[in-house]
Amino acid sequence: MHDSNIAIKVENISKCYRIGMKENMHDTFGHTILDCLKSPLKNYRKYRSLYNFDDIHPDQDNIPSDVVWAVRDISFEVEKGEVVGIIGVNGAGKSTLLKILSKITVPTSGRVTIRGRISSLLEVGTGFHPELTGRENVYLNGTILGMRKKEIDRKFDEIVDFSGIEKFIETPVKRYSSGMRVRLAFAVAAYLEPEILLIDEVLAVGDARFQKKCLDKMQDVGRQGRTVLFVSHNMPAVTRLCPRTILLNGGRVQVDDLSHRVVSSYMHSEKGTKAERIWHDMMGAPGDEVVRLCSVRVRTKDGRITESVDISQPVKIEMEYEVLQPGYELRVYYHAINEEGIEAFLSIDTDPTWLKKPRPIGRFVSNSWIPGNLLSEGTYFIGPGIYTVNPHEKRFRVSDAVAIHVIDSMDGNGARVNFVGNLSGVVRPLLKWETIFAPSGNSVATETMIGEANS
Amino acid sequence: MRIDRSSSKSDSLTIIQPSSGWNIVDFKELKDYRDLFYFLVWRDIKTLYAQTIMGFSWAIIQPLVQIVLFTIIFGKIARLSTDGIPYILFSTVAIIPWTYMSQAMSNSSQSLIQGSNMLGKIYFPRLLFPITPVLSKLVDFGISLLIVLCLLLYYRVSPTWNLLFLPLFLIMMMSIPTAIGLWLSSLAIRFRDVKQVMPFFIQMLMYSAPIVYSASSIPESFRLLYSLNPIVGVIEGLRACLLGTPMPWMYIWPGMVAAVFLLISGALYFKRMERIVVDVI
Repeated sequence: MHDSNIAIKVENISKCYRIGMKENMHDTFGHTILDCLKSPLKNYRKYRSLYNFDDIHPDQDNIPSDVVWAVRDISFEVEKGEVVGIIGVNGAGKSTLLKILSKITVPTSGRVTIRGRISSLLEVGTGFHPELTGRENVYLNGTILGMRKKEIDRKFDEIVDFSGIEKFIETPVKRYSSGMRVRLAFAVAAYLEPEILLIDEVLAVGDARFQKKCLDKMQDVGRQGRTVLFVSHNMPAVTRLCPRTILLNGGRVQVDDLSHRVVSSYMHSEKGTKAERIWHDMMGAPGDEVVRLCSVRVRTKDGRITESVDISQPVKIEMEYEVLQPGYELRVYYHAINEEGIEAFLSIDTDPTWLKKPRPIGRFVSNSWIPGNLLSEGTYFIGPGIYTVNPHEKRFRVSDAVAIHVIDSMDGNGARVNFVGNLSGVVRPLLKWETIFAPSGNSVATETMIGEANS
Repeated sequence: MRIDRSSSKSDSLTIIQPSSGWNIVDFKELKDYRDLFYFLVWRDIKTLYAQTIMGFSWAIIQPLVQIVLFTIIFGKIARLSTDGIPYILFSTVAIIPWTYMSQAMSNSSQSLIQGSNMLGKIYFPRLLFPITPVLSKLVDFGISLLIVLCLLLYYRVSPTWNLLFLPLFLIMMMSIPTAIGLWLSSLAIRFRDVKQVMPFFIQMLMYSAPIVYSASSIPESFRLLYSLNPIVGVIEGLRACLLGTPMPWMYIWPGMVAAVFLLISGALYFKRMERIVVDVI
């Protein structure tokens, strides 16, 4: 009870499950019969033991083979008003952790203290009944999510409005399309007003436009000073919505830090691509007898090697290579490809110093600057390459040598202004905009053109 | 992003930790979830006869068919003794509450398994599931009481002071499916055998109670043992209430004690199983 500013305090939480108990195989009919007779007793013991972990502790290593630790010795604290992301590969324990926090399941050991009214959203539309009308399901689902009837009465019109299915609100939900059902379910969830909100990957459903609407609403939730725990696989969404992220791995907390750092280290561990790549062994490096690549790295404008960069900041791609035979004219280039495999751009070294000149033997470093406010959020893989002009021949091309994570911290000065949804496009340039007001209703375009012609 | 809020609402404190031992029912929590309870009951009622032609008439047709059958078989063919009461009247006042109890207890015992999807997605007091059918089935019961009313009018049975005991027996009638539902629903999450056992368990319960026959046909030496079955007390009590026959307390007291015992033990067992339901189901 010492710190009243802590909304969620998790202390050494562990949870184990007993999974797939071995079924014996029978090779003879006799065995099968015998086993049938013995099986009631065996089954009784088996189903009884499904939940008996008296002999197991999280710190011991020799656990029975049928016991798995879904969550193991997790501790963290979340302050009031904090929005925290939880990421990790499948089976890392994200969902189990959320289920423990939302009281759906009880931890095997440890303790959680939660201060404030809590709601969890592990699924949208829990308890929807196909025979009930939209209106009735809003009430049913709302109360399941922990709202009071009075509260729903008050918000009902807004909920229906948000869902955009006013016309069908008195129709049984079984006549709805699956999209309509999801929208209605989301609308109810969007109007939850707990002090603490736990959200699982529920945003994965619904069409893109509606998802955006929900993300907007969620961002509002954060702005209202609510504590949010957000489990997701959507890295841009995590970095955008949550200043802090916890990375789970094998049921334990691997990193708990600022989101962009955690996301970088997660992407790194997932894809094995980082901000710097060095080939120490010259013979194993990409290239041939003419030129070989030594290293590639990503640097910020103050020279730091970085894996993540703010969307408004420029970033330097540094390629170091060794020319082994003199007299060749080189073209140095790289591709930037995003997570979905879409090529954002290809850039060729245009520095006139060595552009159309044969190069001597020795080390070269080619730097290129990717300006701020060019790429949109997400991860870009840099694939460098070099070819010789005469003869025209590719010397090497490495895919995914290094990666940059472009993050949008949403300070309101960027190209997204204060829009919180998913902005599409590989690039997100901050273009020059001009808006002119024409009070009399005259054609603004003509006036400007005349004005420009005069000046 | 942090905004300090006045801590007027923030005083709710939740502590989650592995609980062990036997807990008692958390009535405060149940009260917090009363709106959900209301909508769950209401969902049950609303969807029961959805897309049927007869709708709520089924609540009358089902027991009516049974009454007719029993009257023909046990009243006309087997000619069971009914202490001088017309057989149709004798059996109707028993079959109506019995239909309620049997339906409520079989729905209740399957409630956790049927709702397992919802249990895994959201927290609410799990107790709401087994007690929902106990309330929602009351609607059917209320409707089918019309049959009783018609028969009472037809046979010109006038109300007596015994009718004052009606609420007592209605409560007892509801406590039985609650108790059995608590026990069986929490057993069923680990042992699906419950579902297989249910049909003949209900059949056995029916013949163990004086529904088609009269309790007075049980030998006196077995009476105490016999009336430990709370259904005996409910049926005999309701019969005395409605038909104005002398109140057979000796059949009722043992059943009341047994019902209270079953209810408390069921609630305790349910509480114990409640916390593991999601992991085991």
